[in-house]
Amino acid sequence: MVNNLVEVRSLVVDRGGRRVLHGLDITIEQGSVTGLLGPSGCGKSTLMRSLVGVQQLTSGQVTIAGSEAGSAQLRNRIGYVTQAASVYDDLTVRENLSFFARVLGADGAAVDEAIATVDLAGQTDQVVGRLSGGQRSRVSLAVALLNTPDLLVLDEPTVGLDPVLRRDLWALFHRLAAAGAAVFVSSHVMDEADRCDRLLLMREGRIIADDTPAHIREKTDTQDIESAFLALVDADRSEDGSEEGSER
Amino acid sequence: MTPRILLAVAQRVLTQLRRDHRTAAMLLVLPCVLMTLLWWMFQDIPGSLFDRFGPALLAMFPFIVMFLVTSVTTLRERSSGTLERLLAMPMGKLDFLGGYAVAFGVVAAVQAALAVALSVGLLGLDVEGPVLLLGVVAVADAVLGTALGLLVSAFARTEFQAVQFMPLFVIPQILLCGLFVPRTSLPDFLHAVSSLLPLSYATDAMQTLVTTAATGDVWRDLGIVAAFAVASLALGAATLRRRTP
Repeated sequence: MVNNLVEVRSLVVDRGGRRVLHGLDITIEQGSVTGLLGPSGCGKSTLMRSLVGVQQLTSGQVTIAGSEAGSAQLRNRIGYVTQAASVYDDLTVRENLSFFARVLGADGAAVDEAIATVDLAGQTDQVVGRLSGGQRSRVSLAVALLNTPDLLVLDEPTVGLDPVLRRDLWALFHRLAAAGAAVFVSSHVMDEADRCDRLLLMREGRIIADDTPAHIREKTDTQDIESAFLALVDADRSEDGSEEGSER
Repeated sequence: MTPRILLAVAQRVLTQLRRDHRTAAMLLVLPCVLMTLLWWMFQDIPGSLFDRFGPALLAMFPFIVMFLVTSVTTLRERSSGTLERLLAMPMGKLDFLGGYAVAFGVVAAVQAALAVALSVGLLGLDVEGPVLLLGVVAVADAVLGTALGLLVSAFARTEFQAVQFMPLFVIPQILLCGLFVPRTSLPDFLHAVSSLLPLSYATDAMQTLVTTAATGDVWRDLGIVAAFAVASLALGAATLRRRTP
């Protein structure tokens, strides 16, 4: 039996009077890397915020390991990386990580380990504001690794990174998954799709495909995920195109 | 509330301040410079006007400065996403607010020690009551400023707006606190309003300390200032939401 860590049931979220998520049903398994792919503005970040428990839900429910998302006992077990690097620009790399480690109750060894994992050992005493964009987002990622979380929610963690580093990070995500974590990564770059064990394709607040990358390509009879995405959108349009238009 | 987390926040805020040399210098040196300016202004006027205005200014500095610094820094936490991240962690709202209050309370203690030492030691401010209590009142004022700043930052969307809250929340308190017109001589309505404003009690406490050796009224005023600070922190906690729209 598959072990679902996250269960999302009929999740509806409205933001600023606009429906962003249209009743999503999703499960996320432990021990695998699940990708959330879709164009920017399709609701990826809102879904991720819902999992972490910082998003007001309109209806539906999100449970993680049997508890409601955002409840107190989960806060130590989830690592969350927002799209913008959520770290303190005026502190050094080490000061940032030491602070978050104290909040999480993690020890000094965890700090060193997290810094090494994101390959910033050479920058530990540099002020974060002076680092490059890619380095800053790696500091933000390191914070999420401090408490070896059961669920890692990563909102576009590889944007703007060097391809070598990007490959290394995906290898890291798979190592974390192999160690038992559920890794949930979003991206708007379709070529990252094949690095995921399982893929959720999202468009305009709906999940249009939920399968392994290979199965999605097979079903749509396409060579790559970008074409598969287009094929799915076209098929969807011909079915209920008029309804889509009226809702926007 | 978890002391470990509260102290982590306080220490982090102080480290950030230490990094920002210019802000740190302004926090500590500016009150001293302004006190000296006030003393200088009254040099050619007979009487002891410095003794009359000095205490009120000692009450105001920590309040105004901490109000501004806190409202801008917390707003930065909200907009940079660090607040959202912290609230997704095992961070209590009171840990966050308390950490800020402790950090800025420490800064205020140093600031007050410098300003009081300068005023009493060099500028000849006559203090009848215990000098140490002047410092305690100054710290209470700073915590009050911090608490109000935290509260107000919840209603500001940009740093511009946060700074604009100063004329709204602070200047009326300065006008009505008894510095320009003794509170008892204010029109009835304004007197009633001034009795609802915390800075009035902070100024009263400072003025009582300077003019009399009895400390009973000072403790009462101090209690009122502290109550305002706690109430603002509680309201501030209510405005911090883990889940946002």
